[in-house]
Parts: sequence; C-alpha cells; structure tokens
Amino acid sequence: MLQFPLVRHCPYAPPEEYGQLREKDPVTRVRLPDGRESWVVTRHEHVRQVLNDPSFSADRTHADFPNLAPAGQPLPRDDSAPSMLTMDPPEHGPARRAVLGEFTVRQIAALRPRMQQIVDERLDAMLAGPRPADLVEELSLPVPSMVICEMLGVPYADHDFFQVNTAAMIKRETPQDERRAAFGRVRDYLDELIAGKEDAPPDDLLGRQIRKSRAGGDYDRRSLVSLGFLLLVAGHETTANMISLGTLALLGNPAQMDALRADPARTLGAVEEMLRYFTIVDTVVARLCVADTEVGGVTIRAGEGVLTLGQAANRDPEAFDEPDAFDIGRPARHHVAFGFGPHQCLGQNLARAELQIVFDTLLRRVPALRLATPVEELPFKSDAAIYGVYHMPVTW
Amino acid sequence: MRVIADPHRCVGAGQCVLTEPALFDQDPEDGTVIVLDENPSGDLVEAARDAALVCPSQALSVVDSW
Ligand code: HEM
Ligand code: SF4
Repeated sequence: MLQFPLVRHCPYAPPEEYGQLREKDPVTRVRLPDGRESWVVTRHEHVRQVLNDPSFSADRTHADFPNLAPAGQPLPRDDSAPSMLTMDPPEHGPARRAVLGEFTVRQIAALRPRMQQIVDERLDAMLAGPRPADLVEELSLPVPSMVICEMLGVPYADHDFFQVNTAAMIKRETPQDERRAAFGRVRDYLDELIAGKEDAPPDDLLGRQIRKSRAGGDYDRRSLVSLGFLLLVAGHETTANMISLGTLALLGNPAQMDALRADPARTLGAVEEMLRYFTIVDTVVARLCVADTEVGGVTIRAGEGVLTLGQAANRDPEAFDEPDAFDIGRPARHHVAFGFGPHQCLGQNLARAELQIVFDTLLRRVPALRLATPVEELPFKSDAAIYGVYHMPVTW
Repeated sequence: MRVIADPHRCVGAGQCVLTEPALFDQDPEDGTVIVLDENPSGDLVEAARDAALVCPSQALSVVDSW
C-alpha cells in the first residue's frame, strides 16, 4: 500500500505515482503518516464528484478526518469558533454567504487600482535595492498580505506585526512552539482589533460584518475572529507561492513569456494555466465520507477518509489535452486548483486579480528579470502541505 | 435555449461571471448568481454552456427550448 503524502521531485511534475494511480487504480487506498488508511481519488471526474457530494464532510475537527501531519504531531486543538472551511450543510451556506458579497467578481474589480499601487510600491522597493533580490520576500509574500490587511481594515502601522507573525506561522524553520505562539498572537490581535471596531464599525470588511450580523441579531466576536483568521491564512501563502511559481514557469518558457508581454489580454488565461499546472493545494483538499457512496465503481463507506488529489486531476488527459505541457493559451478554467463544490475557494477572484496584476506589472517593468540561482538549486517546499518555493533569488 | 440558475445551489464562486459578464452577475449582498439574459443567442449560447461546465456546484443548467 502506498505511503502518503508522496513527494514532488520536480517542481513541474506531480509525484511520479499519480499518473499510474489515475490510469490503473483511480480510487484506491493508501496509508497516512499516523498509520491509518485513506482513499485517494485521482481522476478529474471523480474529484469533482466527491467535492460536490454532501455524502463527504469537510469537518476537519472530526477525529476520523484524514490527517496528513507527520506521525506524532496531532493537529493543535484550540477553542476557537469553527470557520466555514470545516462546516457542512446546513451551517456552511449561510456562513459563506455572509461574506460572499465582499468577494464577488464586481467587488474585487473595484479593488484593482489599489492592488496595482501595492504591486508598484513593492517593485519600486525591489528595484531600488540590491541585486540579487529574493522575489519571495520582496514581492510574493508582501503583496497578498498587504491586500488582505487593507480589505480587513488592519491599520497600516500594524502591517509589520502581521508580516512578522504570518511569516513565522508559515516558515519551515519555525519551531513548533513558536509557530503556535505566532498563531495565538495573531488571534489575540484580531480579537482586540475587532473589539475596537465594535463601537462605531468602520467601512471595512470586518466593520461591515459587525454591522451585518448585528442587523441579523447574531453578532459573535469569536466567529468574526475565526473568519478574519481564515481569510488571512488561506490567502497569504497560497497566493505568494503562485506568484513565485508562476514567475518561474514564465522564466522557463521565454517564448510564452514574450507572447504574454506582447498581449496582456492573455494574462488571465495564463494565470489559470499556472494554477492548473502547479496545483499547490493538493492533499490538503480532503473529505470524510458520512454516507456510503459509489465512486468509479468502488464503494466508499461512512467513516472513511478521502484525499481528492487535485494535482492528479489537473493532469488527467480526459480533461486536458497534453496535460503535462505548460501552455498559457489552453482552456484551463475547469481545473480544480481552487477545489470544487460548495467549498471552492472563496478568495479565487481576489487571487486571480492579484496574480494578473503582478505578472502584467512584472513583465512590463522588469523585462530583464532572470533567476540568480539555477532552478535545481532552489529550495522547493517538497516537505510542506502547500507547494511552493522558500526563496527565489532573482536579478535583472 | 434557456439558462436556468438555482440560487440555492449557487456557492457564489463567480465562475459564471468570469465566463460571460453579459449573461451573469452576482447579487452584491450574498454573491449568488443573477441571470441577466435567460434566452441568449449567438456566441452567448456557447458561453452559457461553458459557464455550466465550470460552475463548481452545478447550479447552472442550459436546456434547449421547446
Ligand atoms: C492562488 C491562491 C489560492 C489557492 C490555490 C487557493 C486554494 C483553495 C482551495 C483548494 C480551497 C478548497 C479547500 C477545500 O475544499 O477543502 C480553498 C478554500 C478557501 N479559500 Fe482559497 N486559495 C487561494 C487564495 C485565496 C485567497 C486570496 C483567499 C481570501 C482572502 C482565500 C480564501 C479561501 C477560503 C475562505 C476558503 C474556504 C471556503 C469554504 O470553505 O467555503 N483563498 N482555497
Ligand atoms: S459559477 Fe455557479 S456557483 Fe459560481 S456564481 Fe455562478 S452559478 Fe453560482
């Protein structure tokens, strides 16, 4: 029985075993680090089926939910309020709809001028600094962090606190107890920040949520702290990794990079292809079966875990022609890099806008951009739950 | 051809608006789908089918008129 999670040996390719599973054994059992078993599904069709079927629960707090943390490292339990990420019907829908208005295509479009400013400021700073520069520190991490801080209504003066603590939360080098402390500090900070907004709720995301839930008669600060925390964490490292990896893919495909620079109308399509190609959130998208269900001729029973492997589904030749080719011109929007079903990424249109602005601006303003370290020497996050690169020295 | 949206299934991902803003919009409050043109024609027919394919919650259906 295969031991999960498997490792990506090449930044451009899924773990080698994925292709064979998808072809020969598309719904199969594997062993997790804690010794328990779980199902994995690898075909595009089956991944979409599982993620859109209420027979599969997203309750990550359930003891039987498949856990990929290294053995002996149970997930830290805390007393915080549940967020939409772990909710099922009937709670999930209302929790998600309460904040969806902030993330509609139209609402995100209104934020674009400010996002452009943030990207330009970061590039000004990078270009004025020494070469080589670490793209991750200079651009990938600060852009999504600043954007979400402004949306939530975190005062500018506190951005440093946020940068430092969110960086500590996601860095590999951070010891476990320091990581937990950083989580605690961010939660405490959010609690205080929200308390301070309660008297006269300002016109920012958190302030509007206070007003809205008060009007509905169900305001609860603990839930809002959990929402703020989820928005902060879910969109930070993910978007950052896509900025770095997307840049890497363009640098590795100069003809496509030139085509993109010549015609920014192609950027949105290119972003979809990057999302598909790297599928940085893979084994994390998991479910717990709560009612026996047939998937691909196999019965998955209540109480059993399932990993829906997006990175395998996004290379399924039934869904994408020549799936292993990176091609910014292909139709790729049916990828599952943002998940599928009711939990499909709430922040996807924010992420798309950030990525589009970053790549357009980077190509235009830094045409001579190149890696300062050979690709094979870059520290890829092969050991992390979310794929990416820790540092990426670039020059121009 | 008719485009039918089920706002109860909709999860507000906005994939339909990205596909064709002339056909779809989202409710500014709760983000759920609003169909702007229930009987599209021309290029919009293909766009409506594409939107139904990428919709993450199968909230959209395209039925041939009778
Ligand atoms: C390229 C960047 C991103 C990627 C690849 C990504 C990926 C994902 C995936 C795969 C899920 C589904 C998880 C599951 O079904 O178990 C998800 C959910 C979610 N994402 Fe993202 N995400 C990104 C950016 C963002 C941003 C910028 C935000 C918001 C600021 C965000 C907020 C959320 C939230 C709140 C959920 C939970 C939605 C729910 O449970 O209904 N994400 N994301
Ligand atoms: S794509 Fe589907 S789920 Fe998303 S907004 Fe449109 S109808 Fe709703």
